[in-house]
Amino acid sequence: MSGLLPDSSNPVEYIQHHLVNLSIGEGFWAIHLDTLFISWLLGGAIIYAGYRVGRDLSLERPSGMQNILEAVLEFVDDLVRSVLGRGHTMIGTLAMTAFLWVLLMNLMDMIPVDLIPWLVGLFGADHFRAVPTADPQAPLGMALLVFVLMLYYNIRIKGFYQYMMEFLTHPFGIWLFPINFVMKLIEEIAKPLSLGLRLFGNLFAGELGFLLVALLPFWVQPVPGTIWLLFHLLVVVLQAFIFMVLTVMYLALAHMGHEEH
Amino acid sequence: MNLTLFGQLASFALFSYLVYRFLWDPITNMLEERRKRVADGLAAAERGQREQELAEKHAREVLLEAKEQANEIIANAQRRADEIVEGAKDDARIEGERIVSAARSEVDQQINLAREGLRREVVALAIEGAEQVLKRKIDAKTNSEALEKLAAQL
Repeated sequence: MSGLLPDSSNPVEYIQHHLVNLSIGEGFWAIHLDTLFISWLLGGAIIYAGYRVGRDLSLERPSGMQNILEAVLEFVDDLVRSVLGRGHTMIGTLAMTAFLWVLLMNLMDMIPVDLIPWLVGLFGADHFRAVPTADPQAPLGMALLVFVLMLYYNIRIKGFYQYMMEFLTHPFGIWLFPINFVMKLIEEIAKPLSLGLRLFGNLFAGELGFLLVALLPFWVQPVPGTIWLLFHLLVVVLQAFIFMVLTVMYLALAHMGHEEH
Repeated sequence: MNLTLFGQLASFALFSYLVYRFLWDPITNMLEERRKRVADGLAAAERGQREQELAEKHAREVLLEAKEQANEIIANAQRRADEIVEGAKDDARIEGERIVSAARSEVDQQINLAREGLRREVVALAIEGAEQVLKRKIDAKTNSEALEKLAAQL
């Protein structure tokens, strides 16, 4: 047992140990098994619940889970409509999935930091990070999909020429096109980066907070642990919400010319 | 940045598709149907209310008409009764008058009869008196014509 978990009497080692993923492969080819496993587990739970609910929807007497999913869907749909002026299946679905999935992944942070690593440690895994969104790969991966779709819609809706003109003429007019190009490039790349890194940063900080609390003597832990838990519960829900809203905003903006926004 | 990122990207896309397949599409359709059904229900309720209002209005009209008819009937009956009473009064008066006049004529007749009888008796008495007075001078048979004239003058 003592070999599986580091001694909390050595704080640096303890924290560093918790920040290493269970992975196979090296460098670019590394795969974080823990991140993928947990996110698939939670995604699978959403799909399973969604399948159960969607299979027999009740028009007159919606069940509890149907009510929740309906409320989330209508909320996301209203948001899309208020930003874009009309409904959009692709944006709505993506935002709804992002909200539910990110929320569940964030909520993994509410499980005691040492519980899951200890459990999988029994099966011989030496590292395990249970919160996928505290691993930059997960939120950035999701943000990258949003970015790819942004590019796709920008080019599909505005046409490649029009989109390039935005790069060259926005915001200073055509004569300063090199500056325009660089600024627009930074603006576009900053979108997915900020989207992913905001989520990652918040969840990473949350995890770190729990790790620090876990380093305290056990009789001190309840008070700061509870305070941090309550505070972090807010952050967890808020970040899932923000991720969803920004997904909608970025994809909706890709549908509008820059004279519209 | 490693393969995990792309794994997550693909997972996001896949889960989004499944959410679309199992949740977004069916729920959106269901919500649309529910909206339609609620709208239909409200329209039906409004229609029902309007029909009820019409029926109430119709009922009020019928009631008013019935009242008017009843009043008319009552007025007619009153008038008819008045007429009957009036007619009966007239009949009674006429009948009374008739009876009175019949009685009167009867009386007149009796009077005339009595007068006639009296006259005859007076004539007879006069003749008898005259006979007594003119016993021998006047022949009853020859002077009967003159006597008849006398009797008629009486």
